[in-house]
Amino acid sequence: MNFSVPGSQRVLIADDEPAIVLSLEFLMRRCGIVTDIARDGEEALAKAASFAPDLILLDVMLPRRSGLEVCRALRGQEATRNIKIILLTAKGGHTESERGLSMGADLYVVKPFSTQELVSQVKRILESATGATDGGAR
Amino acid sequence: MLQGWIIVCASFAYIGFLFAIAYFADKRADQGRSLISTPYIYALSLGVYATAWTFYGSVGRAASDGVGFLPIYLGPTLMMILWWFVVRKMIRISKINRITSLADFVASRYGKSALLGGLVTVIAVVGILPYISLQLKAISTSFSILLQYPEIVMPAKAGATGIFNDTAFYIAIFLASFTIAFGTRQLDVAERHEGMVAAIAFESLVKLIAFISVGIYVTFAMFDGPADIFSRALAQPDLASLVAPFGAAAGTYMSWIWLTMLSMLAILFLPRQFQVAVIENVDEKHLNKAVWLFPLYMLAINLFVLPIALGGLLHFGTGSVDADTFVLTLPMAEKQEWLALLVFIGGLSAATGMVIVETIALSTMVCNDLVMPLLLRVTRLRFMQHGNLSMLLLDIRRAAIVLILMLGYFYYLVAGEAYALVSIGLISFAAVAQFAPAVIGGIYWKDGSRLGALAGLSAGFVVWVYTLLLPAFAKSGWIPQEIIEHGPFAIELLKPLQLFGLTGLDQMTHAMLWSMLANIGLYIGVSLLGRQSAAERIQATLFVDVFSQTGDRTGFWRGTASVSSLQSLVGRFLGPARAADLFDTYAKSRGVASADALESDARLVRFAEIQLAGAIGAASARVMVASVVEEEPLGVDEVMAIIDEASQAIAQSNELKIKQAELEVATRELRSANERLRELDHLKDDFISTVTHELRTPLTSIRAFSEILHDNPDLDAEERTRFLGILVKESERLTRLINQVLDLAKLEAGAAEWRIATLDLRDLVEDATSATEQLFRSNRIELTTDLPDNLPPVVADRDRLMQVMLNLLSNAIKFCESGIGRVQVSLRCEDGSVRVDVRDNGIGIASENQQLIFEKFRQVGDTLTDKPQGTGLGLAICREIVGHFGGRLWVESALGSGATFSFSLPAQAASAT
Repeated sequence: MNFSVPGSQRVLIADDEPAIVLSLEFLMRRCGIVTDIARDGEEALAKAASFAPDLILLDVMLPRRSGLEVCRALRGQEATRNIKIILLTAKGGHTESERGLSMGADLYVVKPFSTQELVSQVKRILESATGATDGGAR
Repeated sequence: MLQGWIIVCASFAYIGFLFAIAYFADKRADQGRSLISTPYIYALSLGVYATAWTFYGSVGRAASDGVGFLPIYLGPTLMMILWWFVVRKMIRISKINRITSLADFVASRYGKSALLGGLVTVIAVVGILPYISLQLKAISTSFSILLQYPEIVMPAKAGATGIFNDTAFYIAIFLASFTIAFGTRQLDVAERHEGMVAAIAFESLVKLIAFISVGIYVTFAMFDGPADIFSRALAQPDLASLVAPFGAAAGTYMSWIWLTMLSMLAILFLPRQFQVAVIENVDEKHLNKAVWLFPLYMLAINLFVLPIALGGLLHFGTGSVDADTFVLTLPMAEKQEWLALLVFIGGLSAATGMVIVETIALSTMVCNDLVMPLLLRVTRLRFMQHGNLSMLLLDIRRAAIVLILMLGYFYYLVAGEAYALVSIGLISFAAVAQFAPAVIGGIYWKDGSRLGALAGLSAGFVVWVYTLLLPAFAKSGWIPQEIIEHGPFAIELLKPLQLFGLTGLDQMTHAMLWSMLANIGLYIGVSLLGRQSAAERIQATLFVDVFSQTGDRTGFWRGTASVSSLQSLVGRFLGPARAADLFDTYAKSRGVASADALESDARLVRFAEIQLAGAIGAASARVMVASVVEEEPLGVDEVMAIIDEASQAIAQSNELKIKQAELEVATRELRSANERLRELDHLKDDFISTVTHELRTPLTSIRAFSEILHDNPDLDAEERTRFLGILVKESERLTRLINQVLDLAKLEAGAAEWRIATLDLRDLVEDATSATEQLFRSNRIELTTDLPDNLPPVVADRDRLMQVMLNLLSNAIKFCESGIGRVQVSLRCEDGSVRVDVRDNGIGIASENQQLIFEKFRQVGDTLTDKPQGTGLGLAICREIVGHFGGRLWVESALGSGATFSFSLPAQAASAT
């Protein structure tokens, strides 16, 4: 069920590095976004269903299930198909980014990232999401 | 009647007039209506090349060598006509890089090397001293002669009257004060001295007029025209040879060529020539007219040299009157007092022109390239607190001017009588010729390196001292003649005038040959054999490719500093008002209303650096700006840029200054670690990609929190502290990681350095356990040992084995539970090897993981809790180490019942105890 507070957006942060999680939390919080955390692939899938985020910041290297698998699984399920996904990875290169996008991710960001860049991308993607799904007045 | 006071008054009046011209020109320059921006003044200022040497000495030389005086003027003429584009390139480079002197030019080209700048300065000062003493000699001699009017008496030897009765001494003092008044009234950003240039141009005119006047007088009044003089000369056999070029007296082809080449170099590299031709140049286009105006001047001033010489010889005969003085003594002999006075003033003009420009140029070099770098090195911290430094700079220059002139005077005392004027001057020419390889190589050959320049310059200078300066001192009796005749310590091969047995050359050619051989040889050789630093490469490209560079080169600063800190830094050297002016003008050129609204970016930093370079030289400016920006100007890697952002974020927090120091150390280590990383180019691909992956993880949080701290100045203190703490921890983690990666890579590549020794493992284990005692205690884990005696020794690297032991012990601690944990270390000897076991009763390792943990970057642990703090490399490194000495490292364990890590090393034959 959707418990969204009217007007505020939700982002799930899936990464096993506590420091990175902390920084992402801070950045999202600054934008008035509500966050939740998952520390491995299984937890990420579970929370995608329960927390029902608008967007997931998904690390590719997660224990138990890799970020790419999570991505594919999310896209395969009706309930989670429309969640926006930003993949975060420390591996660069075209092949990696193509793989990620082909798995259904909306964006592929290489670590280390620029915080300003990331925040503006998150905002942009969230805006396009509400624009698409929201037919009329909120 | 020509009494002493008339001469002195005339001199002072003339000098005063010069001063007025200079003052007026400076005033006009300040108003923006420059008096000197015409090519005619530029060309005339180049005439400062003609000094008292030209005025007096050429005639002297012509009297003994006939046409042999010419090469010294042929050289500059050829230089201008054929190779003016070299000058143009030097002008362009100097304008763009705000070069303030010859030393600055060389230093800047070779990676802004302060050492090179200092060396050039020293060579220039020592090399020019003879030349300055020449001027002093000329003025004092001409003064003494004129004083004796109407009698013609050659003055006493230098120093015969004691210093305080010596006219030359007072002339030196007077010239020093005059130069100080002339050139050190204010600090100009670009080291331009418009007043000086105007005065010099005027002086060139005066000396030309004086010389031509006496020339016309001698040729047409004393004799009946040039034809008359020459026919009379040809009639006397000993004079006839003077008229023929390449006659025996005029010198050989060799010496003509050498002298011409020497003077070609001199017209470029004499500090005063560099100053007026390059630094003081107002507009590059002036060069186009100067190309033919200057040779014209040379022609004009040399036209009457031979006639005057011949006239003097004909009139006085040889021997009684020094030929150097003919220009003066001929009018005196004919009782032409006003002409004689004019000639004296002309000679004075020539000499003072040289001394002023040369001394100003030298004092600038001494200040910017010798004193300032030394001061910066010694008192860096206190310097930063100084208020207005421009007064300090000016004082340093004034002291330098006095020093140089006093040294010039002492050279005159010591060696002034050894040679005729011309020879003294040529010694200086040979000195500055040493700059040629480094400078010309510098602007045309990108591979010329700093070390090459240093080697070449030093070698050339040493040979110069040995083959020219030494003999001059010996001739005056200050060092024993035996050295000249038989070589030092009677080594014949090292005779200063015939090095390595090369005979048959005159002294100048000989000296030039050897010094240039050493100089060019070492410059090219060392440059080719060595490598350049990144800074050198960049400067080399800037210089050699100066004509293909367009647009705004933003320079190579990666960090930034605030506008106000940059402005106040510049203000400390140029004065706050001037700095504000400069910054405001710059702001407007960037399309911004005022300096405060300027964005503090790399371009601004470069702008500040350039302004400072104008005052204190490029090398010192770089140091000063670097200290404000707090980082190296050549970050080349993304990693560097991110690490630098982290440094600045921490710098903003006052309470955590200590952490800042730690971070800086890590940054430096990271930088050098990164350097080393790049050199290990045979790493396997997956290793590389894994490593970079692992590195990026802590880097991500470092960057993220740096940016967060930077973008959110209103963070509350608690969060701020927390984030800074994370920054530090992650940086430490990154450092550990990199250290271990490098360690492992070195070990795998076989590039590690081993200190092999015979060890007693029992000792080692005991040391290891006592080292970790504290750790055991604070984690409340019990440690027991079982170490028998009389174990055979092993051969290994002690430090490395210690590394292995510490790693195993700390692993054991990590996986034990506090309070009930127990670790036991035991030693055994079995099957020809010595074995060490570290057993713990912790959580143990599942069998599927037991091989995994030795792999790189693999860690196992309770994944529901925090990620393990290690890097995943420790066991891999241990395995490498043990394996290197022919041993084994393995583990026995079952999940839930602890683990035993063991390694064994081959035992050596037991030595008798």
